[in-house]
Amino acid sequence: MTTLKKSDHAAVPFWRDERYLKIIIQVVVVVLVVLAAIYLVRNLLTGLEDLGIPLSFKFLGIESQFDIGESLIEYSRTSTYARALLVGILNTIKVSFLGIVFATIFGIIVGIARLSKNWLINKLAAIYVEALRNIPLLVFLIFLSTSVFHKLPRVNEALSAWGWAYLTNRGIYVVWPQPSAGWDVYKWFLLGSFIIGLIVAIIKYREGVRTGRMPLYWLWGMVVFVVLAVVSWFIALFIAGQPMYLDFPSLQGRNFKGGKSLTPEFMAIFTGLVVYTSAFIAEIVRAGIQAVSKGQREAATALGLSGFQTMRLVIFPQALRVIIPPMTSQYLNLTKNSSLAIAVGYPDLFAVGSTIINQAGRAVEVILIMMGVYLTFSLLTSLFMNWYNKHTRLVER
Amino acid sequence: MTTLTPTKDVLPPPTERSTVLGWMKKNLFGSIGDSILTILGGAFLVWMIYTLIVWITTKAEWAVVTDNLQLFMKGQYPADADWRLWFLLFLLAVIVGLMWGIAIKRPTGAGWTLLIVPIVLAAWLFTLERSSWWRLLVIDVLAIIGYLLGKRYPSKLSRITYLLALLYMPIVILIVRGFGEDGFLFYVPTNLWGGLLLSLLLAIFAIVFSFPIGVLLALGRQSKLPAVKGLSVLYIELIRGVPLITLLFMGQLMLPLFLPAGITIDRVLRAIVAMIMFAAAYMAENVRGGLQSIPKGQYEAADAIGLSGWQKMVFIILPQALRAVIPVLVGQFIGLFKDTTLVALLGLLDLLGIARGVLANPNYIGRQLEVFTFIGLIYWVFSYGMSYGSQRLEAVLGVGER
Amino acid sequence: MSRKVLIVLLVLVIAALAVAACGGKQTPAPTEEAAATQPPAATEQTAAQPTEKPAEQPAAQEGEGTLATVKARGKIICGVNQAVPGFGFLQPDGSFAGFDIDFCKALSAAVFGSPDKVEYRPLNAKQRFTALQSGEIDVLIRNTTWTLTRDTELGANFAPTTFYDGQGIMVRKDSGIKTLEDLQGASICVSSGTTTELNLADQMAARGIEYTPVVFETADETTGAYLDGRCDAYTTDKSGLVARQSMFPNPEEHMILDETLSKEPLGPVVRHGDDQWFDIVKWMVFATFQAEESGVTSQNVDEMKNSDVPTIRKLLGVEGDMGQKLGLDNAWAYNIIKQVGNYAEIYDRNLGPDTVFNLPRGMNSSWKDGGLLYSPPFR
Repeated sequence: MTTLKKSDHAAVPFWRDERYLKIIIQVVVVVLVVLAAIYLVRNLLTGLEDLGIPLSFKFLGIESQFDIGESLIEYSRTSTYARALLVGILNTIKVSFLGIVFATIFGIIVGIARLSKNWLINKLAAIYVEALRNIPLLVFLIFLSTSVFHKLPRVNEALSAWGWAYLTNRGIYVVWPQPSAGWDVYKWFLLGSFIIGLIVAIIKYREGVRTGRMPLYWLWGMVVFVVLAVVSWFIALFIAGQPMYLDFPSLQGRNFKGGKSLTPEFMAIFTGLVVYTSAFIAEIVRAGIQAVSKGQREAATALGLSGFQTMRLVIFPQALRVIIPPMTSQYLNLTKNSSLAIAVGYPDLFAVGSTIINQAGRAVEVILIMMGVYLTFSLLTSLFMNWYNKHTRLVER
Repeated sequence: MTTLTPTKDVLPPPTERSTVLGWMKKNLFGSIGDSILTILGGAFLVWMIYTLIVWITTKAEWAVVTDNLQLFMKGQYPADADWRLWFLLFLLAVIVGLMWGIAIKRPTGAGWTLLIVPIVLAAWLFTLERSSWWRLLVIDVLAIIGYLLGKRYPSKLSRITYLLALLYMPIVILIVRGFGEDGFLFYVPTNLWGGLLLSLLLAIFAIVFSFPIGVLLALGRQSKLPAVKGLSVLYIELIRGVPLITLLFMGQLMLPLFLPAGITIDRVLRAIVAMIMFAAAYMAENVRGGLQSIPKGQYEAADAIGLSGWQKMVFIILPQALRAVIPVLVGQFIGLFKDTTLVALLGLLDLLGIARGVLANPNYIGRQLEVFTFIGLIYWVFSYGMSYGSQRLEAVLGVGER
Repeated sequence: MSRKVLIVLLVLVIAALAVAACGGKQTPAPTEEAAATQPPAATEQTAAQPTEKPAEQPAAQEGEGTLATVKARGKIICGVNQAVPGFGFLQPDGSFAGFDIDFCKALSAAVFGSPDKVEYRPLNAKQRFTALQSGEIDVLIRNTTWTLTRDTELGANFAPTTFYDGQGIMVRKDSGIKTLEDLQGASICVSSGTTTELNLADQMAARGIEYTPVVFETADETTGAYLDGRCDAYTTDKSGLVARQSMFPNPEEHMILDETLSKEPLGPVVRHGDDQWFDIVKWMVFATFQAEESGVTSQNVDEMKNSDVPTIRKLLGVEGDMGQKLGLDNAWAYNIIKQVGNYAEIYDRNLGPDTVFNLPRGMNSSWKDGGLLYSPPFR
């Protein structure tokens, strides 16, 4: 019908012709949106100008004048605002990355426990998941900070693990290797050992693929690496002196010094994110495993695979395909949730940013920067996970 | 044939569950590894329960909760408007009762739990010598009346019940806010909203107002017009890519600057706007899921009967899609309810904000455990209750099974 | 396809921003496209129809100013602290009390002749300036330190200092810390977004003392962490330290070091660009100073109306029209003194010997008693 009409030129006026209509609607929408944007932004700019603080990013080059509690890079009160923001960004990356790794491990364990045939373990995992999923993360974080990490023993009553580690409300201190005289030589040996270990593992893997009997290729690689590393330690010791020494934490003055330390603020946001997210990941893992048909499990059992082998070789690889997309969004959530660090005093991007807003009075600029950075994080995470998703799919098919 | 008929020689399958020991052997001590796990887990559980009981009975001081109960529940909401909140609770009780009677028709475990909770709370308030305890019992009475009515006249009442249920949230907003200078439903300024009331209101505002925006955005994202689609995608991904707290901050700090000079909106309203903006993006994705679940045949059928594009959407596709996303919406509402805690970081006095304020009071220093246990429990009960309830409702009504 | 669209959109958005940015620097005359979208707002402002929603009342046009807005609204919105006892504190019954709160009341008395036409907005250190800039509050009376940067770049105008303070450090008595130098290697708790944070960094750097700042959002979290032993020391204004110490479970276990890290003149703050309102807030403060200096109190203010001292007669509005010059009623200062009190009364009520704080007046005495409070003449 319509085609007939369209060939009939005079019949359809242009405002009812779908081709024109489409363009008109789009133009109208775009113009409206752009006008609204112009209107709002104009208000913003004139408003800022009236206040005497016009939009400008020049403040980033000014000395910040405040100190930050923990930083992965050199930072002092004479550093610029830009550097303060960088400190915040790196702290966010640190807690998000470690959080994602540990939440995944923890979540998988709980998810599998949730499917355990052992009634008690199953129920404990269920309680864990249901308890955590239904309370707000922020409440949990503030609880962790004020009622757990700040209530650890005081510094002079520190809980000690045979002098190797200390637990206090100023932080957790663990013995940690530090490079010394021979490190410059040894680090090359270490790199070499790692590469050789990797090569051995690859050779063994190829061999396994060829013969059809897969050896424990990763174990081979690890053993070679460890043996070489130990041997070269003594060589380095002989050539250039001891490569590393163990730095034991000890109470010096008012605080512990030496070793590796984690502040209670970091521990609060880190454990909070890990525990909270792992409950969600556990549910995803459980759903993924349950999505693998029962026949697969029975077939694997019939082949004589052990329970662990069935899980590792048959169930999990298939479950992974179901798991990855929701897992991606959990990783994104974790990264975004790390902005709640401000509630526990950990100087992440958002906390540093809001300090700058106050000290420099640059609300609009700092918020724009923060949003840009978080958007980039989200984009990068989802790009990586999409790539990984494709990758696992290709292997499976 | 004859060999298959059961005779007395053939034993029934062994009933392992019949004995406690047998059950324990199978489910707790199946293997050595299992036994170790069970013992460790059991020890942990016993230790936890023991510590909890010791703490609750001997160390905890609940005065911080009972003294400030009103603050926790409604903040500074004026006392002479209290009846509105009770009225809304009563209305909710009637609606739930009616729905139960119409749809489920029999008292179940969940139903009994719902009835027991107000009784327990009433008993608690009674021991605290609060005068409002009997109102909680009215809730139960109304719910039972609703249930009986719904069971008796399911067909007559079903339409009005579902309409009420749909309109409940907008009704809440209207009644809590009120209008006019004084009189019956006088206007209560937003800075007096607080506590659990504010938390719930924020979530309700966000879900109600984000719904139409979300539907539009979802349709926009599905649209074949590149500009419309692009703008929708841009908005959705932009909002979903940043943390809610940055949006709330933007609302607090930048929104007043976006508005023309002279027009100001207050802090609670700004938080609400930010929550709506945030919720709309997620709502759009949920609705899109619903749209995508509609089989192609529906579109084709609509085309075949000569409906225009808009008619097709409004009369055929959207009703089905929205029906399919109702369970997801409950999930989103729970998520929003939990996310409202972030407004405490802006200094608003929601449940968490009130809790922090109470803890700053010199009389209650060091009572964090009690306060966080209390508010944690409130959040938990609401979230778990809603998700459990919606799951049951789904199972009974078969909503979302598409 | 969609990627192209996105790129086009991005370009459009950037173009829009650019156009708007150029427009922003022009004179206030609205351009055509802005005018096209503006009418609703414009008509609302010109037509003096009674607005239905109090929350969205059109506030000050450039010419009208804050005073008109405040009068139209019927109350002053005062940005305050809710967690510093003695200065600004939210009481369990939901009301506010404290030294700063009394100045909000005094302002209300001056403008409306009644001390309770105030809406208190509790703000934390970080929100206060944006709240002021955005017009959310009319005046900020929240122990805010007067600094050059704040006076200029933050768009704030500082009324006379109502409380001369200095930053101090609190430590546990059993810690053995006696001087700043003893804090070598210590952790120090501090609230973020304060001058305290900056002073601490300055002073420690100047003395070459290494320390770890432990920074929290609110004063409550900060003191909580200090009490839990997370830090060796806690720093804020000395008045704040005294106030906090009085709230601690065992106040006698803590002490405040003698050293003062900084000058902290605290006083009311208003927005840049409204001189009339600024004048009102300034003279509201001076009125309390002058009343103390002239011996006018809330008790004797009615008798003092009959005084023949010209300054008192001008202050109380019996003579001259000081109030009208400010755009207020001539009884403005009388109302302040009658309903809230003079400076000494405000001080004693909140911080004086009868309170738990018992803060000595020190610098906060009238210049006649060797203090810094000095009011310009009322004439």
